[in-house]
Amino acid sequence: MEPLLKVTGLQKHFPIRKGLLQRQTGAVKAVDGLDFEVYPGETLGVVGESGCGKSTMGRLITRLLEPTGGKIEFQGTDISHLGVSGMRPLRRDVQMIFQDPYGSLNPRHTVGSIVSAPFKLQGVEPEGGVKKEVQRLLGLVGLNPEHYNRYPHEFSGGQRQRIGIARALALKPKLVVADEPVSALDVSIQAQVVNLLDDLQEELGLTYVFIAHDLSVVRHVSDRIAVMYLGKIVELADRKSLYESPMHPYTRALMSAVPIPDPRRKGVKGERILLKGDVPSPIAPPSGCRFHTRCWKATEVCKTQEPPLLELRPGQRVACHHPEDAEGVTIPSARESVEVTITKSPESPKAPEAPEPVEAPEPEAPASAEATESTEQADAPKSGEPAEATESPEAPEGAESVSKPAAKDDAAGE
Amino acid sequence: MTDNLTKTGAAVGEPVETGKSAPGDTFLDVRDLKIHFPTDDGLVKSVDGLSFQLEKGKTLGIVGESGSGKSVTSLGIMGLHTVGQYGRQKARISGEIWLNGRELLSADPEEVRKMRGREMAMIFQDPLSAMHPYYSVGNQIVEAYRIHNDVDKKTAKKRAVELLDRVGIPEPAKRFDNYPHEFSGGMRQRAMIAMALVNNPELLIADEPTTALDVTVQAQILDLMRDLQKEFGSAVVIITHDLGVVAELADDILVMYGGRCVERGPAESVFYEPQHPYTWGLLGSMPRIDREQTERLIPVKGNPPSLINVPSGCAFNPRCPYADVPKGGITRTQRPELTLVGERHHSACHMPQEERTRIWTEEIAPKL
Repeated sequence: MEPLLKVTGLQKHFPIRKGLLQRQTGAVKAVDGLDFEVYPGETLGVVGESGCGKSTMGRLITRLLEPTGGKIEFQGTDISHLGVSGMRPLRRDVQMIFQDPYGSLNPRHTVGSIVSAPFKLQGVEPEGGVKKEVQRLLGLVGLNPEHYNRYPHEFSGGQRQRIGIARALALKPKLVVADEPVSALDVSIQAQVVNLLDDLQEELGLTYVFIAHDLSVVRHVSDRIAVMYLGKIVELADRKSLYESPMHPYTRALMSAVPIPDPRRKGVKGERILLKGDVPSPIAPPSGCRFHTRCWKATEVCKTQEPPLLELRPGQRVACHHPEDAEGVTIPSARESVEVTITKSPESPKAPEAPEPVEAPEPEAPASAEATESTEQADAPKSGEPAEATESPEAPEGAESVSKPAAKDDAAGE
Repeated sequence: MTDNLTKTGAAVGEPVETGKSAPGDTFLDVRDLKIHFPTDDGLVKSVDGLSFQLEKGKTLGIVGESGSGKSVTSLGIMGLHTVGQYGRQKARISGEIWLNGRELLSADPEEVRKMRGREMAMIFQDPLSAMHPYYSVGNQIVEAYRIHNDVDKKTAKKRAVELLDRVGIPEPAKRFDNYPHEFSGGMRQRAMIAMALVNNPELLIADEPTTALDVTVQAQILDLMRDLQKEFGSAVVIITHDLGVVAELADDILVMYGGRCVERGPAESVFYEPQHPYTWGLLGSMPRIDREQTERLIPVKGNPPSLINVPSGCAFNPRCPYADVPKGGITRTQRPELTLVGERHHSACHMPQEERTRIWTEEIAPKL
């Protein structure tokens, strides 16, 4: 299938200027090399902590910002550097839903004029007149069409978000970029809006890029999910693989950090991986793998070589030198071989690909249920002392297949 | 909590059964708390008859949507609502708040001021606005310590550094002189926890302590709070809208809606045998991270009520999908009282309990 949107090497650096001459002294590397596609009809979820560049990414693909580098193709046309007038015809096809339902609606315009603005700007005369179409849209998003002449302040947060959605859908877009569309809403209202977005997608065949920090919401709405960290995609996979067997350590840490609404799991501390410290500044991101400063698996190679985003399993792309594996038992062998290969031939750019053959024939036998259990057990002591603990609990498990000296070398390397 | 709360949550107007005689049994005992704000548009009944108890070393999670009265309750316990100051009536507070055998609402404000920070402390949602931007973080902790302890600056500083270290701030002695803006969000929240704990308070109220934080940082803070509670043995009230957070920390859960408690009980029973349609709504609205979910979410229809015109009967009635279930002659304008539905588990709903249990087990639970 042809992707609707294809992004290659996308970058956005915001310059930092200082001094009298406003010379550029540095740059905030908000987005630093993204590659992904969005296929028609799917929902691509984008998650990450604040400051990871997910919103900037949303603004780049809607071309509200101009990329510093890289390419954005929409339906095969390169739109990365189109001007205002060049973009105008495309604006119909790409729309955005914003986070703040208060800030994104002009308080001095009636709902009618807000939702009809896209028609005016695009010079579109819908069948049956603008007013009728606007009222249809209001009905579509679950608002009373009679409220055409009301002002935004007369609506609650959830209703305002619906107005924003109606406006985004006015021109029947192909791609809707929703930037944290439900994070400002209360739980019960959030569910209403999530369901609405779901229904509209089904009804109108929309494609969503759904940017959010809430991993539970993203799991609910998305078909595929991209996890971002400091301006890069660290893992991109379909929902099931990502949530059930994340391969990037960051993804795993992120998932494990979400409190599970189940009191019976309370105190099962071992499941949680606590990351130390905070996200480094995007002005001077760490060298090599950007996550190495907080990663419990980091080795020398992580500090120097940036891991490429590789498809390690069908449909699961990961940028990591030491990917996690759901099949717990087999990780050590795979990982050691990676390290060995890399330390032996650091100059070879192909090195990170080495694990593939080793990993491919992995016995898929210890299927997910068991495997997750075993990983959980293995994690138990981890939360306290991530660095060393990671090795020790796994070592006995892998002991049969992996030679112990190798494991020790590994630990020493850290 | 003790068994004497069987009927305490009830009673708007009528005296609480277990009586005023034995408030000393429980550490924190809130009885029929009402906090109303007179405004030009009418009386805002932010909290309207709330009762709960909390033992030392236990955690109570108060859950509810915005505007349900959670934060107003916490400020009320801390005595931070201005009442009748400068000749202006700002908040009308009635009821009783017993802390360690002392009643706070009728106590001398000066007395309460001395208790605040020492016996009860609070962690706020937004540390940047809760801390003074002109004072270094360390000095603010020192100030909190020296107000309640007659010690010299050096001792206080030692204590502050010790606390900063305990809450996991790297290089605490160096960080002592930093200003709040030099801290990251997670570190500020840690510093505020240090500030709240500097006097070893027996009651700690955390109002949305992790809402402004990223999940990874939230996990660190929740972990810290759990450890600290174990260490200090204080009673904790955690206020949040995130059911995940309460499940993680709370022993007991209190669900608030429209200024009233609709359900209260041990965390497990509230999650697994909820007896109020609003609690069902909250559980159904929540996307789950721990399981693959193909079904649609089951949201609560409509919007939260305005606290000026809270429906006269059950506040949840206009949004309740089971409002039409026959309730044996009870009219819509009658207010449901909290009744015992399980061990220490109370719920305020007119529907017969068998009916509620049936709806939960047959209609709601399978869809979650």
